[in-house]
Amino acid sequence: MSSPEQWTHPEPDAAPAATAAKPTAEQVIAGLRATDEGGADLVQLLTPEGERVTHPDFDIDISAEELRGLYRDMVLIRRVDREANALQRKGQLGIWVPLLGQEAAQIGAGRAMRPTDMAFPSYREHGIAWTRGVHPTELLGIFRGTDQGTWDPVEKRFHPYTIVIGNQVLNAAGYAMGQKFDGKVGDDDGEATMVFFGDGATSQGDVHEGFVWAAVYDAPLVFFCQNNQWAISEPTERQSRLPLYQRARGYGFPGIRVDGNDVLATLAVTRWALDECRHGNGPILIEAFTYRMDAHTTSDDPTRYRLSDELELWKLKDPIERVKVYLVRQQWADQEFFAGVEAEADELAENLREFCVNMPDPPAERIFSNVYAEGNPNLEAQRDEFLDYVSGFAGGEH
Amino acid sequence: MAAPTMDRSTTAAPATPVQTLTISKALNMGLRAAMEANPKVIMMGEDIGKLGGVFRITDGLQKDFGEQRVLDTPLAESGIIGTAVGLAIRGYRPVCEIQFDGFIFPGFDQIVSQVAKLHYRTQGKIKLPMVIRVPFGGGIGAVEHHSESPESYFAHTAGLKVVSCSNPSDAYWMIQQAIDCDDPVLFFEPKRRYYEKGEVDTTAQPGPLFASRTLRTGTDATLVAYGPMVRTALDAATAAAEDGTSLEVIDLRTLSPLDLAPVFESVRRTGRLVVVSEAPSESSIASEIAAKVQQECFYSLQAPVLRVTGFDTPYPPSKLEEEFLPDLDRVLHAVDRSLAW
Repeated sequence: MSSPEQWTHPEPDAAPAATAAKPTAEQVIAGLRATDEGGADLVQLLTPEGERVTHPDFDIDISAEELRGLYRDMVLIRRVDREANALQRKGQLGIWVPLLGQEAAQIGAGRAMRPTDMAFPSYREHGIAWTRGVHPTELLGIFRGTDQGTWDPVEKRFHPYTIVIGNQVLNAAGYAMGQKFDGKVGDDDGEATMVFFGDGATSQGDVHEGFVWAAVYDAPLVFFCQNNQWAISEPTERQSRLPLYQRARGYGFPGIRVDGNDVLATLAVTRWALDECRHGNGPILIEAFTYRMDAHTTSDDPTRYRLSDELELWKLKDPIERVKVYLVRQQWADQEFFAGVEAEADELAENLREFCVNMPDPPAERIFSNVYAEGNPNLEAQRDEFLDYVSGFAGGEH
Repeated sequence: MAAPTMDRSTTAAPATPVQTLTISKALNMGLRAAMEANPKVIMMGEDIGKLGGVFRITDGLQKDFGEQRVLDTPLAESGIIGTAVGLAIRGYRPVCEIQFDGFIFPGFDQIVSQVAKLHYRTQGKIKLPMVIRVPFGGGIGAVEHHSESPESYFAHTAGLKVVSCSNPSDAYWMIQQAIDCDDPVLFFEPKRRYYEKGEVDTTAQPGPLFASRTLRTGTDATLVAYGPMVRTALDAATAAAEDGTSLEVIDLRTLSPLDLAPVFESVRRTGRLVVVSEAPSESSIASEIAAKVQQECFYSLQAPVLRVTGFDTPYPPSKLEEEFLPDLDRVLHAVDRSLAW
């Protein structure tokens, strides 16, 4: 299919292409390029150029205030993401998982949820966390190594970040079954669950089993797959022969592909899907077609496996820019508004920075705390022995 | 694998508090009692509803508690464990049945990555009060994957508790205590002893779940066993007594956390210890006991701690399991070696 020459990468100092070339079918199949074509089934309400378009099945009646709110969410969470990325570069975080490019997918999906709905994230869901009222400072400890997420998952209805790919899909299916068993499904006041995972996760057995379980038990579960085209170095074509949303059909529930860079379309489709679920018509799969604009994590080097052309192409589909264009064109926002959001973002970033550099290391006892709900005398003895050993050093530190 | 039965009659409430029951019936009654006591207790597993489980441990429960509390699940163990996690977060107390020991491994990832770690990850904000029941061990003439003893994997994993019952009374009480526990519990059932009978007093006050128990006192050497090997150890002690050797027998009951205080106390008296287990010996529960006993009873030991276990091989074809599994003779042989040291 491809000769070895095709796999070589541009020299690091090669000038970026003036105009981004569309990936060829051969490049996509060879795994050299991710496709940027969502296809005919892609639900879109706001084009990359900021044109409001209609869709026969999905539409949304959005107020100026609501759209300004979505814009603000996206700008702020992008700033959080860039700041955290910088904090990693400065050695303040061990690692960061960038969401750059996926702001619309996450804000659109997150804002479609009600407080009574439950969310199960993977580990890139900083935008979802934001919509659930989890402050970005609460994410930092995971990546600094001081904790594993400090928010209350029950209060926020936002499960801990799950790092093993796909595990949370089954946990979410079980939770959604519980909502149904509790009689919380079937009318306008019903509850629903949404689980987040990526294109790579769709190859995991747990995701497949989650599809099976949710379908068999009619669980009120929205599977929200952010197809950002890359699972570290592997394009979606390494995970599936057919578009991911089409997999749902085989499990007996609807699958919809939405423009994940279009916050309006994502909000509309996700709101619809959650409503279907809360009325007892779940589960539903949403594939948010988007793009990971940065590396997989700060430890990753995407120049080894993808071409910068692709990035240029997706820059033209920026999720924030199109909303800004639309807001201006509609005269729904003025310069004062945009400047205000920027100032708010600056302040948030500064708070984040300040908070991060002042995070204390946890005490040694933390190693042993909360391993069990009802304790373990052998572990307690091991802890006491270690703490006794530590206290033997001058000043109690070793 | 178990003989099929069409008898799905409802278990009647015990007329008298003390009854003679099989382990399987005692488990069934214990599960029923737990379901009656708490509407959040639900059963999940393959073939556990209409069929009552391949060993009939959940017999009659779906009929009486409904399909929403006794779930015949799709056939995927990771799915059973993974959805039980979500249900537990939602406030349920799921009791998962893994049909056979060797089928737990598709669920292993969920057990070690989520079940064991969510309480720690959230520093106690999420509790997972769930039980994973596993019929385990060999001796039933089964095909591959139906006779294994995988308990060490789970005892090795922080965040899990692991217990094993050896008699009907413990079966009845321990399963209820495991369901009451706010930690996830792996509950290993000695499948080849399912039909052994014993007295169960359903009104008695049970002892603590995470405690070992001395079943027979003795002076010459100590035998430690759990699950199906407890019967073997007791038989060995009876046989040894006929030859004038007095063996103490301790049923571990809890494999994580280990409760070794009674073992230390015993070994300090007898000076000799033989650990009996069906599992392969390398890096096993038996190894851990040997290590801890040498640490705590170093000056009391008259002989090295010996282990009588399955061999460090995959479980063999069933025509060889009699040789593979520790039996009375191998236990007595080890006792003789210890005494002759």
